[in-house]
Amino acid sequence: MLRETHLNGLLLCALLIVPLGALAMDAPFIITLATKVTILALAGVGLNLALGQGGLVSFGHAIFFGLGGYSMGILASHAQSFTPLMELPFVIQGTNVMPVIWIVAIVVSCLAALLVGILSLRTSGVYFIMVTLAFGQMFYYFAISWPAYGGEDGLVIYVRNQFPGINTLVPIQFFGLCFAVLCAVLFFVSKLNKSAFGLALTGAHYNTARAQTVGINVTRVRLVAFVISAGITGLAGALFADLNRFVSPTMFSWHTSGQIIIFVILGGVARLYGPIAGAAVYIILEHNLGAFSDYWQIYLGLMLLFVVLFAQGGLIGGLSRREVDHE
Amino acid sequence: MSTILLIEQLLNGLQFGVMLFLMAAGLTLIFGVMGLINLAHGSLYMVGAFAAAGIAGLTGSFVLALIASLAAAAMFGALIELTVIRRLYKRDHLDQVLATFALILVFSEGTRWAFGSFPLFLNIPPALSGTVMLPGGIEYSLYRLTIIGIGLLVAAGLFLLISKTRVGMRIRAGENDREMISALGVDISVLYTLVFALGAALAGLSGALVGAIQSVEVGMGEPVLILAFVVIVIGGIGSIKGALAGALLVGVTDTMGRTLLPVIFGSFMEPSSATTVGSALASMLIYILMAGVLVFRPTGLFGKA
Repeated sequence: MLRETHLNGLLLCALLIVPLGALAMDAPFIITLATKVTILALAGVGLNLALGQGGLVSFGHAIFFGLGGYSMGILASHAQSFTPLMELPFVIQGTNVMPVIWIVAIVVSCLAALLVGILSLRTSGVYFIMVTLAFGQMFYYFAISWPAYGGEDGLVIYVRNQFPGINTLVPIQFFGLCFAVLCAVLFFVSKLNKSAFGLALTGAHYNTARAQTVGINVTRVRLVAFVISAGITGLAGALFADLNRFVSPTMFSWHTSGQIIIFVILGGVARLYGPIAGAAVYIILEHNLGAFSDYWQIYLGLMLLFVVLFAQGGLIGGLSRREVDHE
Repeated sequence: MSTILLIEQLLNGLQFGVMLFLMAAGLTLIFGVMGLINLAHGSLYMVGAFAAAGIAGLTGSFVLALIASLAAAAMFGALIELTVIRRLYKRDHLDQVLATFALILVFSEGTRWAFGSFPLFLNIPPALSGTVMLPGGIEYSLYRLTIIGIGLLVAAGLFLLISKTRVGMRIRAGENDREMISALGVDISVLYTLVFALGAALAGLSGALVGAIQSVEVGMGEPVLILAFVVIVIGGIGSIKGALAGALLVGVTDTMGRTLLPVIFGSFMEPSSATTVGSALASMLIYILMAGVLVFRPTGLFGKA
């Protein structure tokens, strides 16, 4: 049996090699699929921090995915039409520079998560699931009924935003950028998990009373984790919007939240690299079953049922046959 | 805005609330007794609506259609309880959420496969179409009035069932201490299947009744499911009384908000932007209501601390 660390390394290599091979074989579509996997995995890594590490079953992470997407959409649409975003009290222009968009996406998502988190974390367990789900729906309906940025139709951005020194319109370059972001975030989260904060978060998950007794402010630790997790998912949302050059309220829908949870579960809860495996399997399934049957979601549903009922620990757990690594 | 229109909207809100109650009652009962969060409840609502539309298309009888909706939803409810749900009672909420989310995918795509993607239509029976004159000179749709009546009747029946009958006693006992009642010789797994089927039947009935006002289509249950969650969070999980109060509150708030907010904003803004802001805010109103309840009573209006 493989050790989890080796498996993680293999996974990351595979994610890098497949698009490079596709480049050699001139199959740009495969590169786009790999980019999609990378970005969705990033969203999953974000959620995994709250859901896996913190035990906060958020069914509302589509909020942050959508906010990231709309941050990109709104800024880029203003840059595209050369109209300022805001004139009073001071002028804010739109932008098509990715790093700026990313920072805005992260900040907006974190602020929203602070608000949603303060309210939702008053509850726990099944209430928390329902409340986050409901807040997600609130953003969804707001995005549909607010006509300024496309309403139900969404926003189309004609040209992918720019990153200094890279031609983002070349698929492999955009993939490389997303991959680098994913690696940076994985590094950050692995450091975070091993820090005092990460240990407090995990401790609060497994035994709330004990964590409180040793003087950890459980609610605050959870809130911070929720906010960081939202920031990562928001960043993924901005990248996803850039991949499609399109933003729509669907990014806010509860199916999106469900999908991100599926990436985490398929890969294995609380396993840092789990969402990569989960997102890859999901996208491969979607692509192949979708070609095989219009009703591919039936098979997806049945498979998901099987994983939940019989194969706990997800793909990485199944392959490495070990409990979560707590090195 | 005239008083008549206002009363009409209030009745619409009541009708909406009563429908939400039928959904929320099943959800809250299932959570209270089995500790299970069931996302597939919306699918049972859809099953009820499709069964009703199918039978009404074949026989032309609305009463038969309603019976079919109850039977089909209860049957599918019992079926998924026996095959999937009962394995989930001891699992954590995350597993329950995922497994029932998977069930939604299976139900939705299965229905799409069986009935196609086009919406079906369920007609209001002739005896119930048209309007009635209410005291005060208000004309109101007879069908919607009937729905309010049926909903209140079901609510009363549910209260009687739970507070006066032997089954109800067992359900209440199951909520309090499931080890004890199984030790006392009650077959707990039969009770669970029964409760789940009852909740499913209520959802199916609700779907069939609403199906005659809206179209019957795949995915129709999901928005209602999430509203039912809002209702339960407001009312308090596990409390039928809370579900009724929450459902009426949400139904009336939502309907009145959509009518009144654009008018209120119109009193100090230009009409076009007042409509935009008003309707955008109206779509968020019940969630704001939920947030408000959470701030003051995190366990809901009737929830146990």
